[in-house]
Amino acid sequence: MSELVPEPRQKPVVPMKPTGINTNLLGYIGIDTIIEQMRKKTMKTGFDFNIMVVGQSGLGKSTLVNTLFKSQVSRKSSGWNREEKIPKTVEIKAIGHVIEEGGVKMKLTVIDTPGFGDQINNENCWEPIEKYINEQYEKFLKEEVNIARKKRIPDTRVHCCLYFISPTGHSLRPLDLEFMKHLSKVVNIIPVIAKADTMTLEEKTEFKQRVRKELEVNGIEFYPQKEFDEDLEDKTENDKIRESMPFAVVGSDKEYQVNGKRVLGRKTPWGIIEVENLTHCEFALLRDFVIRTHLQDLKEVTHNIHYETYRAKRLNDNGGLPPMTVETEENHESNL
Amino acid sequence: LRNLSLSGHVGFDSLPDQLVNKSTSQGFCFNILCVGETGIGKSTLMDTLFNTKFESEPATHNEPGVRLKARSYELQESNVRLKLTIVDTVGFGDQINKDDSYKPIVEYIDAQFEAYLQEELKIKRSLFNYHDTRIHACLYFIAPTGHSLKSLDLVTMKKLDSKVNIIPIIAKADTIAKNELHKFKSKIMSELVSNGVQIYQFPTDEETVAEINATMSVHLPFAVVGSTEEVKIGNKMAKARQYPWGVVQVENENHCDFVKLREMLIRVNMEDLREQTHTRHYELYRRCKLEEMGFKDTDPDSKPFSLQETYEAKRNEFLGELQKKEDEMRQMFVMRVKEKEAELKEAEKDLHEKFDHLKRTHQEEKKKVEDKKKELEEELNNFQKKKAAAQLLQSQAQQAGSQQTKKDKDKKNFFFM
Repeated sequence: MSELVPEPRQKPVVPMKPTGINTNLLGYIGIDTIIEQMRKKTMKTGFDFNIMVVGQSGLGKSTLVNTLFKSQVSRKSSGWNREEKIPKTVEIKAIGHVIEEGGVKMKLTVIDTPGFGDQINNENCWEPIEKYINEQYEKFLKEEVNIARKKRIPDTRVHCCLYFISPTGHSLRPLDLEFMKHLSKVVNIIPVIAKADTMTLEEKTEFKQRVRKELEVNGIEFYPQKEFDEDLEDKTENDKIRESMPFAVVGSDKEYQVNGKRVLGRKTPWGIIEVENLTHCEFALLRDFVIRTHLQDLKEVTHNIHYETYRAKRLNDNGGLPPMTVETEENHESNL
Repeated sequence: LRNLSLSGHVGFDSLPDQLVNKSTSQGFCFNILCVGETGIGKSTLMDTLFNTKFESEPATHNEPGVRLKARSYELQESNVRLKLTIVDTVGFGDQINKDDSYKPIVEYIDAQFEAYLQEELKIKRSLFNYHDTRIHACLYFIAPTGHSLKSLDLVTMKKLDSKVNIIPIIAKADTIAKNELHKFKSKIMSELVSNGVQIYQFPTDEETVAEINATMSVHLPFAVVGSTEEVKIGNKMAKARQYPWGVVQVENENHCDFVKLREMLIRVNMEDLREQTHTRHYELYRRCKLEEMGFKDTDPDSKPFSLQETYEAKRNEFLGELQKKEDEMRQMFVMRVKEKEAELKEAEKDLHEKFDHLKRTHQEEKKKVEDKKKELEEELNNFQKKKAAAQLLQSQAQQAGSQQTKKDKDKKNFFFM
């Protein structure tokens, strides 16, 4: 393969159609218009995004999701009273919405897990969640393996799992460690410290450090995983993010007047906690991270790595997919 | 599914950019197949389209058959890296008997689909950094006869239209006059339609490109002229062909449709060509291939079959066959061994017999020799005896003689006394 780079030459005799891109090079072919073509196509087809929230009741999961997507995405459980039954096992509730912004359509599915960590005996309460995640992979695999496939396979796989950590200020609970240990291998886990307004700044930094240390000691890799950093640029960017995780967040869907502006916040006798103020809490960091910069990457890691791992395991258990040539034995062996 | 309204700026409108950035860093693949007779201007057109000189010597006209030559290049424009592969049909249209000319082309296209399918079916696969070699666009070069399509063209295009996006172009369009060109184009299009050849349709479903695609489709097939030489026109240099009677400018839309081709192929529809190849042509190939192997999505009762079940059944069947073959082979082997053993035993017996025989003969000989030896000894003994006897006689005779002489002597002596 030879490396060919077009040299800049003079303007052409016949002016090219104005496409808004640099038209001054005679050597201009137009290859970079593929970016624009791709954009248009993806905008037309739209995106799927499935986010799961896991944490004990009352940690503010629904509020946070509503704040993230600036709409009533999940119905809040209105503070349970003793008559309301706590679900005996962990339930999985997936609710889908279609949201649109700037011409981009997104089918957002929020998967709630009421009942997680609420019983007295919480052994194996992550199992229904793991089962759900694997079921979505299975569904996708079945579609992919069909002879006549759909043009676009509906993607219900969980792209991101927000795990809510209780702001005890000490360290992670055994339940937290167990859950993350089991699930960090099948899904992208983003740990968040919930209700961060109960901690002062020093308590926050200490707590975060301790949590990070504990996760490292237990071998739990949360998203963005170190092993998937592709190049130096990714690594430096992701290192910065990893240093500030888990994000200490505060959620709110009520607006208050602060300094003449309307902001989302929580009103307390001692002041108003602004959700989007970086000095108050790290919600803005979480939002930018998950939505504005790494949303596509979350989907890709899920598709290219977690799904492929599941698929490989599944096919290996079943002896592999059919070999393409059944004539030679050697070929058969190599494909199994 | 309900539509939600957002009360503020969330920020996921950067999603297309995130997606595009990822793809840009990986680079894009684009593969063009050029089908046309030798000398019709395929290499020149590629050079003109991509503004570079892809080094290649022109092919000769005496190739024994059609073969495909693929070459890959890496081009870069601003921050977009393109892995371009140009596949040429060498020797197309040169043979006397062109019955099988289309076959190598179809085989090549199928081979690329096959390679992708194999990768997709692997257990440990890496699709996201797979170098896609499937043909995204096929430029079919029509000779500028001015009359109609050649039968070779029709046959080849018919074979290729379900496998690849065909874009027919009229090559060396500067040999046709303007009015003839219009008639030629309509003739070609009507022939394609009447023969049911499906050429690539520029997509008209998206508002931004629908208009331009619709206007361009009217000019199909594009009549192109290629040139890498530059001629001074006015006070600027432009790609053109210089004739004694004038200069044909490649990028002048009044002279030829090169600019239209470049717009359509690269600047407007490159992504769509890639997508069509993947979602239509590749899926069709995959479906046919899997069905050929006996896999179905639904069994005769139209209940959905899982590929796994079918596979299990097939696998067991196959394993059973393998087992049978193995048994057969084993049996044959055992039989052969027995035969060989028998043979060897026979040989051994023969050998033993021979040995015995030899031993006997040896014994006999030995005996004979012994006998002879005895005889000889006897003779010797006899001889010795005879000799001894003879000697005795001799000595006796001598003694008697000497006695006689003595007697005689004595007698003599007596007389003398």
